[in-house]
Amino acid sequence: MSDKSSDPKKINCAKKMRDIMTTYYLDAMTAEQNNKQVAWITSGGPVEPLVAMDIIPIYPENHGAMIGASKMGEDLCIKAENMGYSSDLCSYARTDISIGGLPKPDMLICCNNICGTVLKWYEVQARYYNVPLFILDTPICHTRYSPEVAKYVRAQIDEYIIFLEKITKRKFDYDKMAQVGKLAYESQVLWQKVLNTTAHKPSPMSAFDAFFFLALIVTLRGTQIAVGFYKDLLAEMRQRIKDGISMVPNEKHRLLWDNLPIWYRLKWLSNKFSDHNACLVADTYTSAWCGAIKYTDKNNFLDSIAEAYTRIYLNIGVDQMANQVLDMIKFYDVNGFVMHSNRSCKPYSFGQMDIMRIVREKTDIPVLMIEADMVDPRNFSHSQVETRIDAFMEIIKQRSR
Amino acid sequence: MKEIKIFHNALKDVSALASKIKENQKKIIGYLCSYAPEELIYAAGFHPMRLFSSKSDIILAENHLQTYCCSLVRGILEDSLSGRLDFLDGTVFPHTCDSIQRLSDIWRMQGRYEFFADVILPAKLNTQSARTYMVDVLTRFKKDLEAAINREITDADLQKSIKKFNLIRSNLSKIYALQSKKPGIIKGADLYAIVKGSMIMDKDEVANLLPVIVNNLEKTDAPETKGKRIVLTGSICDSPDIYSVIETAGGIIVGDDLCTGQRWFEGLTLEDDAPLVAIAERYMGRMICPAKHSSPTARGENIVSLARKNKAAGVVFLLLKFCDPHAFDYPYLKEFLEKEGIKTLLIEIDDQQQNLGQLSTRFETFIHYI
Ligand code: SF4
Ligand code: SF4
Ligand code: SF4
Repeated sequence: MSDKSSDPKKINCAKKMRDIMTTYYLDAMTAEQNNKQVAWITSGGPVEPLVAMDIIPIYPENHGAMIGASKMGEDLCIKAENMGYSSDLCSYARTDISIGGLPKPDMLICCNNICGTVLKWYEVQARYYNVPLFILDTPICHTRYSPEVAKYVRAQIDEYIIFLEKITKRKFDYDKMAQVGKLAYESQVLWQKVLNTTAHKPSPMSAFDAFFFLALIVTLRGTQIAVGFYKDLLAEMRQRIKDGISMVPNEKHRLLWDNLPIWYRLKWLSNKFSDHNACLVADTYTSAWCGAIKYTDKNNFLDSIAEAYTRIYLNIGVDQMANQVLDMIKFYDVNGFVMHSNRSCKPYSFGQMDIMRIVREKTDIPVLMIEADMVDPRNFSHSQVETRIDAFMEIIKQRSR
Repeated sequence: MKEIKIFHNALKDVSALASKIKENQKKIIGYLCSYAPEELIYAAGFHPMRLFSSKSDIILAENHLQTYCCSLVRGILEDSLSGRLDFLDGTVFPHTCDSIQRLSDIWRMQGRYEFFADVILPAKLNTQSARTYMVDVLTRFKKDLEAAINREITDADLQKSIKKFNLIRSNLSKIYALQSKKPGIIKGADLYAIVKGSMIMDKDEVANLLPVIVNNLEKTDAPETKGKRIVLTGSICDSPDIYSVIETAGGIIVGDDLCTGQRWFEGLTLEDDAPLVAIAERYMGRMICPAKHSSPTARGENIVSLARKNKAAGVVFLLLKFCDPHAFDYPYLKEFLEKEGIKTLLIEIDDQQQNLGQLSTRFETFIHYI
């Protein structure tokens, strides 16, 4: 690659990823001129049928993350509040409702497997844009995936396809769907493998990188582009391991992150931990896009996605979430757990204190909980978080002595 | 009216009320949301009781739920953890908002009561598959109940239960209709006590008392009042004071879209249908809660027609702080109402504490202005 930077830590695939995302957004922006239709879809929604129908998927949540990262969150949240939306609502929804700016949707696809917020948010947009809204209702599986739920969600997958046929006035192409399904499966497997590379000590990348590289598995899942990209990324990670390149130069402590990133403080947090020779090697968030592959049958994609989309990380009981956290603690061999108590995201954050208790009971690693919000910086107290991180790292250092 | 007094008295001490119910060998099943299928619980021989927060200080629940969780959910968890709900034999959690969903997990892990069930109803209520699923879920819940009581729940049991609830509901509707027709015949605080009491008291007792109240109210003449007609909307309103403050400020409550009000009791269950199908149909058809979906504008149309039907001069939004589903709907409901020339007032309430002085000023200003 031409732009090999002098900084050996830098991941080369980052530029490729930026280019892909730029092309993707350009495509989306010019969709109308190119006679393509645009669907807005929730991050946990089944995008594959859209890809099979050549409809361009747009993710307002991804946009929310970009807004957060570019520190525009506060202004937009205030604007939403002036429109009457309470400051206690999810800041992705608040920024999206207030900014607009995304290519206009021809349809809205909302899957409530991540939260009830998206249901309300997409209703707002359905009224505003006056376009059809399809809701994939995936009942929460507190303890199990029942046959009733299986039947209900499977029936809705067919309704989804009928909905798409009606809007596009085209027949659904099942052969193409099978292909797209295979690619989606493949990219998820690759993404999981990329994430798994951080089990290596020292870790070739950090969760902060994962937050960045996540965008493709969310937006371009089901395309050859995503598969190609994650193959390259995986190869680069393996090469880094071989060459002994680590993200945190002097990795001594390994941490697990819970909940969404704090987008407007990524860099600061990354440096902060790095200064303590600590690497956030994994997180519960980015793995949500491959956590349910065990339920996906790539040869029988449509039938199996009902289960895969219903049993994702947030749509299960808190005790099951805790089990997954415990597995990750083991697999990545971490010695600390950092939880972001995120005011915006209630389904992710309520139950965290019980997860914290379970982790404390079952492991001997210290747990830190910081209060913030993923996009709205008004809920972030810099000095308080800094003091708490420093104190937490002191404990970890003492224990590792 | 002495019948109304009984309701007021019952609310004063819920655990005393619970002991009385238990004397009759009835086990008590608590629930937190108006989508809990009470008819089924009752048909199983249990006493279904809606849970409200005792509004005690949050101490133990601090270890489970952050401060940005709605006060109702935190308050009820506090009650449970501190033993104030030890009279419960079980709880039922229907699918509702994200906060109650997570409360269900926390509650289940605590395992304090013998019976526990999640009844994950569909979130969308406008499709055939959702309807089928709703019946499937109710069927599963019936089996869970049967396993707990070790006997079958027959159609006859269900029909009897449905009749009882229909009787309660239709009488509550009548009381509301009378109040709307002859505003002021019943005080807001009494209305509150009757509805809340109906959710927690012994069902036979409620079914006996309500018709007497209706009868009395039918015979009562409309008082000479010039109060402004007000409709309330929101999730729950568990504060009799708010009702009195509105009245003192010159308003009269003539209807509501609350799940501790009309949203809970409006609409009857068909008595001659297959019972579970009939229960499902009622849920599919009744006034919708914002945690559910039927169409993007269903609630807007509904609140406008409710306000019109009751000739409301103003609509008061009583929203619990941190309640997402309701907060999302507020801007558009307000817009819908204002387009129709109906004024609105937003009151953000905390179930734990209320500043009544400040509230009364706001109500006075509002009522003066409409
Ligand atoms: S951040 Fe949480 S509440 Fe907001 S859309 Fe995502 S899952 Fe839903
Ligand atoms: S507002 Fe809706 S979700 Fe909340 S308790 Fe009432 S019926 Fe249930
Ligand atoms: S008030 Fe709102 S957030 Fe609280 S339990 Fe009811 S619906 Fe949920």
